[in-house]
Amino acid sequence: MRSTTRRLIELAIPFTGRIALSMLLGALTVSAGIGLLSTSAYLIARAALHPSIAELQVAIVGVRFFGIARGVFRYLERLQTHNTAFRLLARLRMWFYEQLEPLAPARLLSQRSGDLLSRIVADIETLQHFFLRVITPPGVAVAMVFAVTIFISRFDFWLSMQLLFFLVIVGLAIPLLTNRLARPSGEREVELRSDLNAALVDGVQGNADILAFGQGPSHLNLVSNLTIGIASTRERSAWVAGLSIGLVGFTTNLAVIATLLRAIPLVQFGILEGYLLAVVVIATIASFEAVAPLPDAFQHLENSLTAAGRLFEIVDASPAVVEPESPKPLPESTHIHASKLTFRYANTLPTALCEIDFDIAPGRILAVIGPSGSGKSSIAHLLLRFWDYSNGQILLGGIDLRSLRLEELRSLYSVISQDTYLFHGSIRDNLLCARPDAGDVEIFAALEQAQLLGFVHTLPQVLDTPIGERGLMLSGGERQRLSITRALLRDAPIWIADEPTANLDPLTEHEIMRSLKGLMRQRTSLLLTHRLIELEDVDEILVLHEGRIVERGDHNSLLKARGLYCRMWSHQRQADGMEITRTNPREH
Amino acid sequence: MKLDRRILSGAGTAYKSMAVTIAIGAADGIAVVFQAWTISRVVSAAFLEGAGLAQIQSKLILLLLLSLLRLALSTLREVAAQRAANHVKSDIRNRLVSRLLALGPAYTSAERSGELTNTIQEGVEALDAHIRQYLPQLALAAIVPLAIFLFILPVDLLSAFVLLLTAPLIPIFMVLIGDAAEAQTRRQWSVLSAMSANLLDAIQGLPTLKVLGRSRAMIAEIVNISERFRHSTMRVLRVAFLSAFVLEMIATISTAVVAVEIGLRLLYGRIIFEQAFFVLLLAPEFYLPLRLLGIRFHSGMSGVAAAQRIFDILDQPTPAAEIDQPGDHKRLEFHEAIEFRDVRLAYDDGKRIALDGVTFTIPRGKIVGVVGPTGGGKSTLAQILLRFAKPGSGEILIDGIPLKDIDADAWRRLLSWVPQRPYIFNTSAAKNIRFARPQARFAEIEAAAERAGAHSFLRSLPQGYDTILGEGSSRLSGGEAQRIAIARAFLKESPIIILDEATAHLDVETETEVLNCLRDLLSGRTALIIAHRLRTVANADEILVLARGQIIERGTHEELLQLDGLYAEMIAAGEAS
Repeated sequence: MRSTTRRLIELAIPFTGRIALSMLLGALTVSAGIGLLSTSAYLIARAALHPSIAELQVAIVGVRFFGIARGVFRYLERLQTHNTAFRLLARLRMWFYEQLEPLAPARLLSQRSGDLLSRIVADIETLQHFFLRVITPPGVAVAMVFAVTIFISRFDFWLSMQLLFFLVIVGLAIPLLTNRLARPSGEREVELRSDLNAALVDGVQGNADILAFGQGPSHLNLVSNLTIGIASTRERSAWVAGLSIGLVGFTTNLAVIATLLRAIPLVQFGILEGYLLAVVVIATIASFEAVAPLPDAFQHLENSLTAAGRLFEIVDASPAVVEPESPKPLPESTHIHASKLTFRYANTLPTALCEIDFDIAPGRILAVIGPSGSGKSSIAHLLLRFWDYSNGQILLGGIDLRSLRLEELRSLYSVISQDTYLFHGSIRDNLLCARPDAGDVEIFAALEQAQLLGFVHTLPQVLDTPIGERGLMLSGGERQRLSITRALLRDAPIWIADEPTANLDPLTEHEIMRSLKGLMRQRTSLLLTHRLIELEDVDEILVLHEGRIVERGDHNSLLKARGLYCRMWSHQRQADGMEITRTNPREH
Repeated sequence: MKLDRRILSGAGTAYKSMAVTIAIGAADGIAVVFQAWTISRVVSAAFLEGAGLAQIQSKLILLLLLSLLRLALSTLREVAAQRAANHVKSDIRNRLVSRLLALGPAYTSAERSGELTNTIQEGVEALDAHIRQYLPQLALAAIVPLAIFLFILPVDLLSAFVLLLTAPLIPIFMVLIGDAAEAQTRRQWSVLSAMSANLLDAIQGLPTLKVLGRSRAMIAEIVNISERFRHSTMRVLRVAFLSAFVLEMIATISTAVVAVEIGLRLLYGRIIFEQAFFVLLLAPEFYLPLRLLGIRFHSGMSGVAAAQRIFDILDQPTPAAEIDQPGDHKRLEFHEAIEFRDVRLAYDDGKRIALDGVTFTIPRGKIVGVVGPTGGGKSTLAQILLRFAKPGSGEILIDGIPLKDIDADAWRRLLSWVPQRPYIFNTSAAKNIRFARPQARFAEIEAAAERAGAHSFLRSLPQGYDTILGEGSSRLSGGEAQRIAIARAFLKESPIIILDEATAHLDVETETEVLNCLRDLLSGRTALIIAHRLRTVANADEILVLARGQIIERGTHEELLQLDGLYAEMIAAGEAS
């Protein structure tokens, strides 16, 4: 497994040129700064000896030049560095989502999506620092340390070695020390922030529930405690950060003292020109600008590696389903045939389906009924290849499901599920999802078939009305009908309806089921439901109980058999029909 | 500035820490002056007076002591600054969370949760740099240069003059460019928030997108948004950097000017070396606080932008719903009846009518069921009783007292709510149920789960009741989430129950079980049941048929059948299956 650092750097490789340019500009900026101060010191030190003005001309020009160059280089460096960082950022986001995409939904169930969001946005933002503040500064520092050491060594070798020593302390020793000291509180803070984020998501999305149960104060308490925890870890970190900054300055001063200790005797004994003393002292001070950002860089390195580690962890999960090695083309027919299908979501979970057989010919409707949790939805998941079955086989048009390309396979399905996700955006946006090139005429036709047209016309902006997050401003029934409209627009040859009439009142239930059946008639269709309505003309009904098929047949033969189906059906008739008795609620 | 005062005002202790931070910074500035003086003395002595180590060693020791002092000051300064930031952040986070609770679901469901969460988490975090670095720097950028100027003044008038002239240019330019940058920074912040919300949408909707075959298309969308972000941020930064550029230029060119004029005067003997060197050493230090301010200005601005969003939320007017109105009446008991009198409610400024003159009574101990076509206004009744929505006109009376006069907290203690889509928190199953009554013992939680038909599936989870349940209802099926919600109601044991489509996700068999359990729960209690399943309310004491915001039929099941109206029609539709 390649190390996190290496993988991060690999992500940055396409930007090598830009990064190198940043480093160059950075080095030029620092050089100009040192140049400015050194030349100024030279100027005034020489002037103190009262030479002719001509001898000072070069220095004067030099000072002016460095003065201007410094500002210009700095500006260019910052523009270049930030621009590159943002390009990297964009690339990172795209890369992450791309990696994430094949993993959904199977591998994502264990992540909290609030946590996931926090990871993506915050972690990727953190990685911006990696590229801005971790890669470039060391490059600049190395170049400058090299340059300064050579510069000073021309006056006195030992002097330059001293300076090198102190520069290395600031550039390496202090960061390493700081890093070690800061680690425990840093890790703790990360944990707490993740917890805080989850609590915040709860507070926003579970707002109504919290209020209804009067748990406002305790929620507030929870958030408050987490914030206090974060504050104290932050304060601990501040001690380390302060020490780090202080030590950089302190080391600079030590370097000056050391320079004076070495250089003054040199001047005294005439080995070093007097006026160079001022130059050497100021150059010493100025050169620390090259290494001053390094302690920070180390800190950002830590943070970046942690953030990158988290991202890679998500991304490294192997997908639950993989593309076939040699994909076959889509079959002509949409005949579905499953034999001895067995499946469980995870090894730790009980079997969801056990040795299921079924067959759906084109133009036929298969209904799978059973109580919730009996495994109906897993059939849909397997057909869509969100998960793969462990045993048995599913054939589509005679071809094994697993040898079809995933996206091609899924293009064959229109799905209506009980918990469809509605996106933030307008109604039109949510429908265009299903068919991007749909015109208003087609949209209205679909809405009418789904019996949503009347409602849509009452909205102030009709199709352009925004839906609140996750479509919460719509009632349950309206959301369902929107989901049906999507399926209608998509118009695929295989329809899977997973509890399509949840949240609908009986009258509408029947209407929707009738029109659904009319549409399903022309296609290969699978109906998963626990509502036994309008099933009389369905071609075959499977009764699923705890993952196994316990009865099969059409409506009439199942009734005659007087088994589970018959019992469920009469329960339901009682429930919705006229035979409700008030006096004996427990009668069966 | 106004914004800053608001930011700091909440946390009074922040002012103290902030003052300490600034004082330390000022002390450090003065230490720098002494440091420069010492160094210039030493260099001058060695350079021009032929002094050796022996003569200057006391100065070197002084230098060492000053260095140690500055080390201490730097360290303490960070801590003080962080303390100030911590106080403010804690205060604001708490205020935000309280505010969201006060604003209620009407606000939070209309806003994007990704964006809201981002504001409370990252937006507040953005204030950190603003308070820790930017605000103290504002003060120090005035104090330190002034102090240095005062020390230079007696030493060299001309240089002091140059410094004095150039220094004010910096804040002037900063303000000029700052104003331009501000609007852009704010836009950038909202782009960042929109980006988070978009990403959350994309991730939560990944399964749906996959089914629709649009999940890969989303990649292009994300790239698009990231690019927009990059462009807008770069636009802001170009301006922000421009201001830093100008400051930098002013500093470096001024330093160059000072160096040259000192050099020339030195040449003509108008100033001595020691003084010249002293000024040269201090010139960068003079501009440093101002340059730092320019550098930190950018983080300052994003702090302000974030603060703007934060205050947007904090300033949201409390909705008319008076969700957490303290109220005069802190009634804790409920004796007679809940009465709705001619209640009307319309959403979207009166464009969508939800309730159009609804009048009914729920006597204590009775069960009232509400049925009707989708969108007829049924859920709105629950929203009103929960005080998440306020009627436009009409009254709701509890034992004759208007609901709005009753303390919201006390009122809700009397209620148990089982919603259409119950929220499952990111915590254990047991805690999710205990949520209804935090002091409950585990045995009571188990019992409640049992009565709600949730015990068996909870027990079969990997860690049983201690299993952490997913966010939203992502790990539980619709039916299972409902049963948790029902378990909550069982645990709370409140006198009033509001059931909103309580058994909508359950199949017939489980529904029977649950209804039996509910019958236990409901006996002797007062309830409003909103349902699509006619069976759910068949045994109610009164059934209201709500259509288009009006009660078109009411009565017992038998009475309604006899009326042969909409209710009878709905029953017949059920019959036909």
